[in-house]
Amino acid sequence: MADSGALTEPFELKYAYKRSLGPVLQQFFEALRRRRVLGARTASGRVLMPPSEYDPDTGEAVSELVPLPETGVVTSWSWVDAPAPGEGLERPFAWALVRLDGADTAMLHALDAGSAERVHTGMAVRIRWADAPVGGIRDIACFVPADDPIEAPAPLPDPAALEPLTRIVTPTHLSYTVQADPVRTECLLALAERRLLARRCHQCGEVYVPARATCPTCAVICEGEDIDLPDTGVVTTFCVINIPFQGQLLTPPYACAHILLDGASVPLFQIIGGCDAADLSKIRAGMRVKAVWAADDALTPTWESLRWFELTGEPDAPAADWERYV
Amino acid sequence: MSDRNVAIVGYAGLPVVGAGADPALMVQAVVSRLFEESSLPRDRIGFVCSGSRDYDFGQPFSFISALDGVGAWPPVAESHVEMDGAWALYEAWVKLLTGDIDAALVYAFGCSSRGDLDAVETLQLDPYTLSPLGIRPAGLAALQARALIDAGRYTEADFARVAARGTDLTAEALLEADYVASPLRAHDRAPRTDGAVAVLLAAGDLAREVCERPAWIRGIDHRIEVHAPGFRDLTVAPSIAEAGRRARGNLPQPDLAEIQAPWSHQAFLIRDALALEDGTAINPSGRVLARDIPMAAGLSRIGEAAARLTRGDADTAMAHATMGPCLQQNLVAYLQAGES
Repeated sequence: MADSGALTEPFELKYAYKRSLGPVLQQFFEALRRRRVLGARTASGRVLMPPSEYDPDTGEAVSELVPLPETGVVTSWSWVDAPAPGEGLERPFAWALVRLDGADTAMLHALDAGSAERVHTGMAVRIRWADAPVGGIRDIACFVPADDPIEAPAPLPDPAALEPLTRIVTPTHLSYTVQADPVRTECLLALAERRLLARRCHQCGEVYVPARATCPTCAVICEGEDIDLPDTGVVTTFCVINIPFQGQLLTPPYACAHILLDGASVPLFQIIGGCDAADLSKIRAGMRVKAVWAADDALTPTWESLRWFELTGEPDAPAADWERYV
Repeated sequence: MSDRNVAIVGYAGLPVVGAGADPALMVQAVVSRLFEESSLPRDRIGFVCSGSRDYDFGQPFSFISALDGVGAWPPVAESHVEMDGAWALYEAWVKLLTGDIDAALVYAFGCSSRGDLDAVETLQLDPYTLSPLGIRPAGLAALQARALIDAGRYTEADFARVAARGTDLTAEALLEADYVASPLRAHDRAPRTDGAVAVLLAAGDLAREVCERPAWIRGIDHRIEVHAPGFRDLTVAPSIAEAGRRARGNLPQPDLAEIQAPWSHQAFLIRDALALEDGTAINPSGRVLARDIPMAAGLSRIGEAAARLTRGDADTAMAHATMGPCLQQNLVAYLQAGES
């Protein structure tokens, strides 16, 4: 909970992007994997490092890739005493723009110099290779001052054993703390008491469930009363899920439905559970449903407290009662 | 080219701290205030355009959630850019020039309190050769600041003077602080906050009808440079210069300029690229390192400039918005109050 009493929840966003390389970066990274550096020569004769597919000045494709040495000069730098997680090196280091000898542009990389006092613009540096190259920009472990002794890196694997490099995989991870607004907080806390909390818009009179802070029609803060709605309602539309997908909570087949709670102005998106295949084939708009709640010891201020809705077997509601909300 | 004249006729800004940065609530607050202060009726709005970044909120389609604060029923003509709201204003300006509509609402909202924006901006870099290195915004800005120092153009003391402006600290005291990424310190960065800003645009007679002194957009342009920092001369800002020339044309040196400098040293680059002279007041709204609402800071510069013209503080203004590392992408507008 935040100081205000609002509910908060950590949220971790993780995803591994798979990106194709294209002809230029494929050659560039395959060369790095063998501890060789390639720059891109443009039609005008400039050598771009890191290589790009196109000449940024003209948009023309680059004409050829050319070998570059492991040495260069620093054109700008910044000392970082406390690197963030995943930033550069795991110890104090310098970010450096390095123009490799023979290149016309500078590349960004980390410079392992021990202390800021050793770093200056114009200093000569050379590449320190990673021990286990994989085909990526970090196959260059970092740059080091050119006159530092350099240890030989671990031997390279047999080039014949390497697969062509067609893509890179980039894992990403972002952390958030999400906070529910005060009205949503009330609504979530109500779920832990098996209550479905709605709020009326004082201006248009519509009853929103779950209770919400703003009215999307009137664009005002909803200041009408809070209402405990019954946990019964009507199916206004539905679909039967037959295919599995990542993150699925139930085993198919099952149904998802818009359920108009008795007294609400907007439908809830919910699951219809407790159905066998025969029941699923008979689901229709207008059927009456009732909430199935979690057991006492499983109640939390989340939608997991409401397990699903089940068909009650009562006579269908007349279409006139719900068709406006389809 | 259209012969329509388009003006900014309203502005509201709202920093929000500690409220959980709910998109709909932030946008509702700022948009409702905007309409309360304007005589422009909501039903004259023909287009709604916004700028924000879902990754700031960790919430897909957060810009759709935000529409709940604007009112989107019956359906409205709406568009969104995953950019600073200044670019949303550009889109709305183009739409107004077509003559299809007479008024537009532009808003932007952002938050820094839910997640790690620096990490988000690292992921926005070139995914092959930059992002895997993990360089943070401070590191990139510092490479540019160092280049300015190496070129003999500015010093750390100059940067500290920019940072000290509008505070009760001296530049000398600020220089005592540790570096975040040398030669930059924490105070060299505009402080980030949560919030939203909104602007009303209107064309021709409608603008004159709802605003005594509309801030007419005399020119507006945006330009971008190559992404790789090592391909650029970081001591100059050619995209700002070009956008500025195109926005200003032959119009006079502006009375004031509202610029968006995320880092202190960039204030000099922007001033130089816009060829601003001593007679132009820079950021009279407050500090150069103004509170930075992500994705809304640029739109707020345009809004603050327009508000000063409408109030009668000045007759002409330039406003600047920026995105990307080291001032990579820039938008410049030239505004003029009075008859049109």
